[in-house]
Amino acid sequence: MPGLGTSFGRGGATTAQQDLANADAILIMGSSMAENHPVGFQWVMEARKRGATIIHVDPRFSRTSAMADIWVPLRAGSDIVLLGALIRYVLENQKDFREYVLHYTDAPVLLRDDFRDTEDLGGVFSGWDEQEKAYDPTTWAYRGAPVVQKGVGNSRAGGHAKDRGGEQSRENVYERDLTLQNPRCVYQVLRRHFSRYTPELVEEACGISKDVFYKIAEAFCSASGPEKTAAICYAVGWTQHSKGVQIIRAAAILQLLLGNVGRPGGGILALRGHASIQGSTDIPTLYDILPGYLPMPFFGSDGQSLEKYIEAHKTESGWWNNFDKYAVSLLKAYYGDAATPQNDFGFDWLPRVTGDHSHIGYWLDMADGKMEGLFVMGQNPAVGAPNSGLERRALAKLKWLVVRDMVETETASFWYDSPEVHGGEMRPETIDTEVFFFPGAGHAEKDGCFTNTQRLNQFHEKAVDPPGDARSETWFMYHLGRRLKERAARDARPRNAGLNALNWDYPAEGAIREPVVEEVLKEINGYTVADRKQVAGYRDLKADGSTACGCWIYSGIFPNTNENRARKREAKDALGHGWGWAWPSDRRILYNRASARPDGSPWSERKKLVWWDQEKQQWTGYDVPDFTITKAPDYEPPEGAKGDDALAGDKPFIMHPDGFGWIWVASGLKDGPLPTHYEPLEAPITNILYPEHPSDPAASKLEREGNEYARTADPDFPYVVTTYRLTEHHTAGGMSRYLSHLAELQPEFFCEMSPELAEEIGVEQGSWVTVSTARASIEARAQISTRMKPLRINGKTLHQVGLPYHWGYKGLVKGDSANDLVALSEEPNVRIMESKTLLCNVRPSRSSNGSRRITESSGEAQRSI
Amino acid sequence: MANPFMKWPLLRQIFQGGDARGFDAMSEATRNLRPKNDGAEVSRSVCPYCAVGCGQLVFHQDGKLISIEGDPESPISRGHLCPKGAASYELLTHPQRAKQVLYRAPRAKSWTQMDLDTAMDMVAERVWESRERTFVEEQDGQPVMHTKAIAHLGGATLDNEENYLIKKLFAAGLGMVCISNQARI
Amino acid sequence: MKVTAFLTDSTLCIGCKACEVACKEWNEVPADGFAWQGLSYDNTVALGHATWRHVQFVEGNPQPGHGGNSPDLLSWAFLSDVCKHCENAGCLEACPTGSIVRTEFGGVYIQPDVCNGCGYCVVSCPFGVIERSPDDGRAFKCTFCYDRQKAGLHPACATACPTESIKFGEIGELREEAEARVSELKAKGFDDVHVYDPRDSSVGGVHALFITRGDPKTYNLPPRPEVPTVRLGVGWKSAGVAAGLMLAGTLLAFLGGGHKAGGHADGQY
Repeated sequence: MPGLGTSFGRGGATTAQQDLANADAILIMGSSMAENHPVGFQWVMEARKRGATIIHVDPRFSRTSAMADIWVPLRAGSDIVLLGALIRYVLENQKDFREYVLHYTDAPVLLRDDFRDTEDLGGVFSGWDEQEKAYDPTTWAYRGAPVVQKGVGNSRAGGHAKDRGGEQSRENVYERDLTLQNPRCVYQVLRRHFSRYTPELVEEACGISKDVFYKIAEAFCSASGPEKTAAICYAVGWTQHSKGVQIIRAAAILQLLLGNVGRPGGGILALRGHASIQGSTDIPTLYDILPGYLPMPFFGSDGQSLEKYIEAHKTESGWWNNFDKYAVSLLKAYYGDAATPQNDFGFDWLPRVTGDHSHIGYWLDMADGKMEGLFVMGQNPAVGAPNSGLERRALAKLKWLVVRDMVETETASFWYDSPEVHGGEMRPETIDTEVFFFPGAGHAEKDGCFTNTQRLNQFHEKAVDPPGDARSETWFMYHLGRRLKERAARDARPRNAGLNALNWDYPAEGAIREPVVEEVLKEINGYTVADRKQVAGYRDLKADGSTACGCWIYSGIFPNTNENRARKREAKDALGHGWGWAWPSDRRILYNRASARPDGSPWSERKKLVWWDQEKQQWTGYDVPDFTITKAPDYEPPEGAKGDDALAGDKPFIMHPDGFGWIWVASGLKDGPLPTHYEPLEAPITNILYPEHPSDPAASKLEREGNEYARTADPDFPYVVTTYRLTEHHTAGGMSRYLSHLAELQPEFFCEMSPELAEEIGVEQGSWVTVSTARASIEARAQISTRMKPLRINGKTLHQVGLPYHWGYKGLVKGDSANDLVALSEEPNVRIMESKTLLCNVRPSRSSNGSRRITESSGEAQRSI
Repeated sequence: MANPFMKWPLLRQIFQGGDARGFDAMSEATRNLRPKNDGAEVSRSVCPYCAVGCGQLVFHQDGKLISIEGDPESPISRGHLCPKGAASYELLTHPQRAKQVLYRAPRAKSWTQMDLDTAMDMVAERVWESRERTFVEEQDGQPVMHTKAIAHLGGATLDNEENYLIKKLFAAGLGMVCISNQARI
Repeated sequence: MKVTAFLTDSTLCIGCKACEVACKEWNEVPADGFAWQGLSYDNTVALGHATWRHVQFVEGNPQPGHGGNSPDLLSWAFLSDVCKHCENAGCLEACPTGSIVRTEFGGVYIQPDVCNGCGYCVVSCPFGVIERSPDDGRAFKCTFCYDRQKAGLHPACATACPTESIKFGEIGELREEAEARVSELKAKGFDDVHVYDPRDSSVGGVHALFITRGDPKTYNLPPRPEVPTVRLGVGWKSAGVAAGLMLAGTLLAFLGGGHKAGGHADGQY
């Protein structure tokens, strides 16, 4: 989550859901929280009861809008215009929380004279290389900051570890102008950057009237200062864009200017969408990071040696000064006794990243026949991934496929039941893919931890055995690993060094030999190698090989042999201490040092959270302080201090080497130090601000056969389509369309549209329509409602339609997959696809069973061969 | 009760008096009604759907699930569940739940059933062979130690411990770099 | 034993249908069909034998700048409908087998082991709640989670509801809470809110109170629901009068025309 990671220091929601009750205003944007996080939404209702203003910005009037005070329909893809205008509103009207901004952010820091803004260069920042399609961020550095290296690894790869930014920052004290007047200070550069994001632009580009803009600007920005706070909630309505990270950056800037970060009722709540998706980035099954957001080694750069790796990522100040301790402890957890100082703790046994190995990256290789095998566990790309038609066709190019799930998903059955097979495009007799389908265990059939959206680990207990041959993933991985290690034991070639060294001794119990899950969690927590005793936390980790730790940010979750803190169920307070365990160190609201003044006293009685107790000489309050507990507010680091000691007592953002919240991100993001409005990859209008750069220049369209794009304002695709979830279903339907009680609530796939559009194209409620993009055509029922509004964009009427994406060809209720319409595209930092804004056409007709694609020229549907 | 006629509510009401609409009209079953999870064992769990992380109480007895509902002590969910969380019992017990390993040979038109151990052996074999064909140990004297031909997809619905083992075996052990899941930002 | 009730507040409802699912899961009620209805987001349509909680969706015409929580506009409202567990329940009155009973908590409960599927209850409900299952034959409706209440638990729907739009508790307290809530909303400018508790109709009040915006009829809540047995008095009277008149007429026929009858004895017809 680099948007939050670069701005604040950690890639995770800054606050807890319950804390929303303390907000004086809540902006929900890029999310329909009442529909997709209904139980979490009770805290928004609580805030509303206490008098908070709830603002919901969404192309459609949803069940969330029905509970909000203000609903703002906007054009999908124009979020940065609105957020930028709010930033401009704060700056022009002096609504920023000045003391907070001066002390806790990099607003006063001076930038280099050779930095050029998008306003200077017509839409790009200085350092743009048109050939490479990449930025050299040298000119973005703070004035006086030494530039360490251009960036780690291939510029096309990586991104999650860049979460932290800061590789460029070796020093932590820079020139600042505390009057905020110097034209080269971040504050003034920010002002200039957003100077044209006026309410007029909002009207033209977003379709939001000036009245409504001022209404929300006043409501949100007035909930700022010592006595008030405001929170922002977002979900994939912000992330699934070609500039998704920058949208979140814009929100982060707004919250830093308003002084809302680290304070009760403030912050940014990233609403994630799966039970343990936060966990699956913390302890990642992602290609570019290792547990705890350590980067994967890249061939040719930090992958050259352990020494180079540590040098590239260890900072002099801030917590990343301990990088080597985390890295070495991880290697010890992986490779056990075989990892020694002599062999660099097995660092050379780790695979190196050489390119884009993300889902989209390797799936295109798969489509080109370059992959042999694939494991799919608890995911359903055949209908759940972008351009799902292309995804399905690519599966047929594999030699073998292993699918593990609780039901026979569309992915498992692509070879006989997909639209491509029914339409004749593919035939089982010519599909060589060998397919293994393994039944999976459900959550009540296994022990294990989920990490929820607020970084909270909760352990779920096994209640019953899984049925038949269904097994947990733990069981599957353990026994697969056992078999492979047995083979490797007879084969000592260098390629098997990692496999042979792999520490895979987990105790297994019962007739089916299920590994004891808590033993794995203990490894994740970390232990001292000599006596296998659990460590109390990441402060105990060492770089000399005497400690092992599977994920340093989770260290402390299992601090003693019998203390699984994720399993605890004794909530002591509203923030939930005593119930589960949040990383890091059970801090529930991150950066909470910022809830106190520089001198350590609370900003106000009403908004106190954590403060300095002069008598006890430590930080205290309602949360675990996200700060060294005995570091006084007036602490000044001595000369030559390192790590956390190098941070003064008034610097809340402790993961950053300078301790500031970063309005300006000098390094770490591939598409700019500041968010800029670009149009989506398929846009109904040209970029009003920067016509020469219609979309994010660093994003990838990956154009190829089967992944074509509409032109800007393409007459064949005159409407904008956006995708979303419904409360009644879950993701691509594997956990809902097979359940009668959920299937009956929303049995059919529909397309929401306004009565105006329905009339224009000649459609009645419930009749079939074909929705098509440059990639595919699908059919849906017309769901006509005044909750969809036509917008006035750049002088013309624009219609938007909405598609819930839950359907597929298996289950009790079936329907076409909205993902067939989405393009495979990659946001530059995290490689996420743009599914929230596409160009489409809608016509009253039915599609046939096959997957159909529109040719570029004629707009007529043609069967693909 | 000796007299079987007294089971007839009408007679009972006539002879014993009382209100024909309430207790006296109740059958044995009604009078003895208890919730189906009465006295059952409880496991503390967490909803497997979205990321709110609602607490769940899983009631079970003798190895069988009885019902699932919200955990009132959760500071996040306060005992509530959305329709999906409320359907967790059906999620685990519906008839289309897969219980057998299915195998599809290349070019086959249908599944066959396979036993678990055989399937595991075959998968291990496939992994080994694909890795053999495609592993790159080093380039220009620097370690590469990877294969790009075997990939993994999945994780957001899996436990942390499971994801940990997946990354550990697949990446640190086998050298697979193509590892991804639903998470991005 | 305290008398309990539901208070279902539309202004807190997010239309999620957790109540529908929690009810079905607990009571093992099957799905009701997979036909798309196209009625806003409502595919459940009505209460019936296999639907004991039904979330209604009432669409208005939302305007930019106004959320659903605006007093001046009704954009999209949701309400979870349920059996009213009437004080004077038509179904209970009509039931000939004694299957339908009043529980100690004040709810109306159909005993599935007694019900013989005669269907008299179905036509007697002023709200159209109760229905016979076509497969099973018996009548079904909300049990008020009688089994759960007996163990001191709350009904499944109230337990699940994420925003506590469905509240459960002692009826007196809930009546007070409803009034307080309506006052609170009125003070915020919502002058179209109502509590639904028709105590002055023959139903005598309900154990499922509702707070709605706009006309309650929109939510299938008639202003004066009547128990059909309220006409029992009139019915018996009419029957009595008819019987009396018939008796009188017969008597008159015998008393008045006796000699005339005899006059026909020599065969003239």
